[in-house]
Amino acid sequence: MSHTLTVEGLATHFHTRAGVVKAVDGVSFHVDRGEVLGLVGESGSGKTVTGFSLIGLVEPPGRIAAGRILFHGQDITALPEEELRQLRGNRIAMIFQDPMMTLNPVLRIDTQMMETVHAHAKVSNAEARARSRDALGMVGIPSPEERLSAYPHQFSGGMRQRVAIAIALLHRPELIIADEPTTALDVTIQAQILAEVQKLAREHGTALIWITHDLSVVAGLADRIAVMYAGRIVETGAVVDVLDAPLHPYTAGLIGSVPSRNKRGTRLRQIPGMTPQLINLPAGCAFRTRCASATAECEADPPETFPAFGRAVRCFHQQAEAS
Amino acid sequence: MSTTAGIAREETPFRRFTSEFAESPLAVLGLVIVVIVAVLALAAPFITPQNPYDLAQLDIMDGRLAPGSKSMDGLVFWLGTDDQGRDMLSGIIYGLRISLGVGVGSAIIAGVIGSALGLAAAYFGGKVETAIMRLVDLQLSFPAILVALMILAVLGKGVLNVMLALVLVEWARYARTARGAALVERRREYIEAAECLALPRWRLLAFHLLPNCMPPLIVIGTIQIARAITLEATLSFLGLGVPITEPSLGLLIANGYQYMLSGKYWISFYPGIALLVTIIAINLVGDQLRDVLNPRLKR
Amino acid sequence: MTTWIFRRLIQAIFVVLAMTVIVFIGVNVIGDPVEILISPQADQAERARAVIALGLDRPLWEQYGRFLWNAVQGDLGKSFVFNEPALRLIAQRMPATMELAVTAVLLSIVLGIPLGLYAGLRPNSFAGRSIMAGSIFGFSLPSFWVGLMLIMVFAVQLGWLPSTGRGQTATLFGVQWSFLTRDGLAHMLMPALNLSLGNIALVLRLTRAGARENMPMDYVKFARAKGLSPVRVVFVHVMKNITIPIVTVIGLEFGSTVAFAVVTESVFAWPGMGKLIIDSINVLDRPVIVAYLMMIVFLFITINLLVDLLYTVLDPRVRLESRE
Ligand SMILES: Nc1ncnc2c1ncn2[C@@H]1O[C@H](COP(=O)(O)OP(=O)(O)O)[C@@H](O)[C@H]1O
Ligand code: SF4
Ligand SMILES: [Mg+2]
Repeated sequence: MSHTLTVEGLATHFHTRAGVVKAVDGVSFHVDRGEVLGLVGESGSGKTVTGFSLIGLVEPPGRIAAGRILFHGQDITALPEEELRQLRGNRIAMIFQDPMMTLNPVLRIDTQMMETVHAHAKVSNAEARARSRDALGMVGIPSPEERLSAYPHQFSGGMRQRVAIAIALLHRPELIIADEPTTALDVTIQAQILAEVQKLAREHGTALIWITHDLSVVAGLADRIAVMYAGRIVETGAVVDVLDAPLHPYTAGLIGSVPSRNKRGTRLRQIPGMTPQLINLPAGCAFRTRCASATAECEADPPETFPAFGRAVRCFHQQAEAS
Repeated sequence: MSTTAGIAREETPFRRFTSEFAESPLAVLGLVIVVIVAVLALAAPFITPQNPYDLAQLDIMDGRLAPGSKSMDGLVFWLGTDDQGRDMLSGIIYGLRISLGVGVGSAIIAGVIGSALGLAAAYFGGKVETAIMRLVDLQLSFPAILVALMILAVLGKGVLNVMLALVLVEWARYARTARGAALVERRREYIEAAECLALPRWRLLAFHLLPNCMPPLIVIGTIQIARAITLEATLSFLGLGVPITEPSLGLLIANGYQYMLSGKYWISFYPGIALLVTIIAINLVGDQLRDVLNPRLKR
Repeated sequence: MTTWIFRRLIQAIFVVLAMTVIVFIGVNVIGDPVEILISPQADQAERARAVIALGLDRPLWEQYGRFLWNAVQGDLGKSFVFNEPALRLIAQRMPATMELAVTAVLLSIVLGIPLGLYAGLRPNSFAGRSIMAGSIFGFSLPSFWVGLMLIMVFAVQLGWLPSTGRGQTATLFGVQWSFLTRDGLAHMLMPALNLSLGNIALVLRLTRAGARENMPMDYVKFARAKGLSPVRVVFVHVMKNITIPIVTVIGLEFGSTVAFAVVTESVFAWPGMGKLIIDSINVLDRPVIVAYLMMIVFLFITINLLVDLLYTVLDPRVRLESRE
């Protein structure tokens, strides 16, 4: 049986005046029905560009330079724009990072929801409105009927993100890409929304790609995890496996920098250095300038290895199992 | 910003300015045209085939001749003649003289008055500033043509009144620009240093603040000259500007207007082209000056 | 909301008052009121009588009070030339100017928005760059000259359009309008285009800037991620955001358009109030001039007020804030 989504060797490059930005450079992963994949990495590692690539919304000067994106086995990179449009918001939905910016400030909520219904279903206005109201109710917005005729600025950030989620849910998509949807929100609201989305995804059997820079979010939510660094996925595996025994030095560094109960009293270890510029990135392991285990060997590209069932790593000197 | 200014000083600011200006061939072309037009206007009495203001030289029999025709006494009218038998080429060059004179003159006067008020507003602040800037806002909220009409309506026609109208229309923009630039400059160290030395206020304004506010004022000034020339031409075309005996470009165009319908296009057309080329050339220079002198746009 | 409208109204009234003071000072202090208000043909005795009749021997503040009182009652003096109330003359010519100005504004919307949108969505294309380059001409060309060229090409050379006058008019609400007849429309096309040139350039640039500013916004991307068609994204989502500043600017420019009609009306011999004011200045028919100035100032202030109101209607954010 094919996966809901399979990504093979995806490369998305931006051709800027200063040079080619290889924002995504040879990324492969897959998600299944009802599964939550956490896509983790520091800011600037190419997570958002990966997300946009999946729904065909990379804009010039960017373009998909290589790779395949198989949705139920069909390569959607080759689809004409109109067929892509029919997928977007219908079978594949996306939620953005900043809820203050994603809704159009001068259109009412009902307009913005009903147009989404009409974009993919030939239904009456009344029916579109009813569906919109139900979706609002589903994401926990009180008195949805009244809120429909409000404008975005009358909602708080958390409420706006719920509206965005409701819009994403309108057509019961098979795949939702959530791009750091809780990063901009308060911790308590973040937790509520996490729980809500997890529940809805489970109920509907939706495949969910949850993008975040925050390992602790992924820990409680995802089934599997893919760690991204400088446009590449450096490690994948089941959440428990990866968090218990990271094989890539970068993953280990990320885990070390997360505060947690059992490490109380010890110093948090920050990864030294900064995310590299993706412009004119030299060959070899992009992490080597910050890596404690780096050797001369690392000036070549590390190959992908599969040390255990369901795991993949790109590193010459994988961390000892019991770190 | 301060570091780039420092480097600029070392490689002589003027050289850097000229090389940056020359980056746009269009702007250089504009500058060449502006220089040619200015020279033509200044040298008008020495180069024109005819003195168009000397009625004795005009022969009504030569009226409305097509471009290239010859007069009774063998003079070639390259651009034709107007209804009075005036050589259009000479008329245009003299017209340029008046248009440029009125435009540049009023722009300079408005520039001096406006900059002084703008600097004063920035420097003194408080009630002075509020009063001046309110006036500026009021002035700018009315279109130039309307203000000019008001003034000419009250004072009557004539070159001086046109210039006065242009000055009253234009000063506000200088004032706003000067104040804006001065507010930025005022916070700089050298002004504080000068204040510590207890220099008299007027010296501080004239020798320290003003020179550093010059670049934006020059940019505005260039554009304002083009606007003034356009407005003068418009007013003259409407018959409210310069007297018929010493026509500017706008009046030449107006004179030819009635003959245009009968196909004698040149009486209006060539002065129009001269006006157009001048205005566009000045605008090209102004645009490039803005790019070069505006530090915000610098790489 | 109502208190806000009330406040704006009071403000507007104050500006009108300020303008009456300016016009009054212009006429009575800078200019010579005897010359301005009394026909130049009048003899010495007539003048003396008129001075007393007009109250010019009274103190200034009293004269101003009388001027204001008369103005409020719609009495701004009688035209020397037509021997009719100046205000009535202006009012008769006003529809011609208004229909010209409104058509010009409509033209600037109909032409400026699509061109600006195109230039904004394809900023690097040849057509996009050409549109921008062309818009510079809209700003810098003297409009009277463009008008002459239009006449030369389309009326004299090609003979497609009539060059002057209003053409045939039809009556609506007791007023003559050109836009109701084919012939009238043909007469109006060139003057309206001429008058709108600067506004086209302005609307075009605003639209382009708005498109360039809004297209990279998250809400546009989200609208596309919802699967909306590009047409809906641009014409509903982006346009709705661009429209607000455009409407504001067009509204504010309407007053300037009416003022600039002076030039266009002179070129095309369009019998509106602009043509009237130029003729009046030329023959020193000063009551008409004063009436025109007061009228246009009044128009300006009314428009500013309306634009402010419209703005609150269009932009939900402003609307709700002002309600609270
Ligand atoms: N439109 C663009 N033009 C040029 N570079 C871009 C563009 N969009 C993204 N990038 C580059 O792609 C890289 C990855 O960006 P992004 O995917 O947003 O990172 P993340 O979401 O992981 O924080 C960044 O280095 C960014 O500079
Ligand atoms: S390949 Fe080398 S530099 Fe890269 S992560 Fe592994 S050890 Fe570090
Ligand atoms: Mg991101």
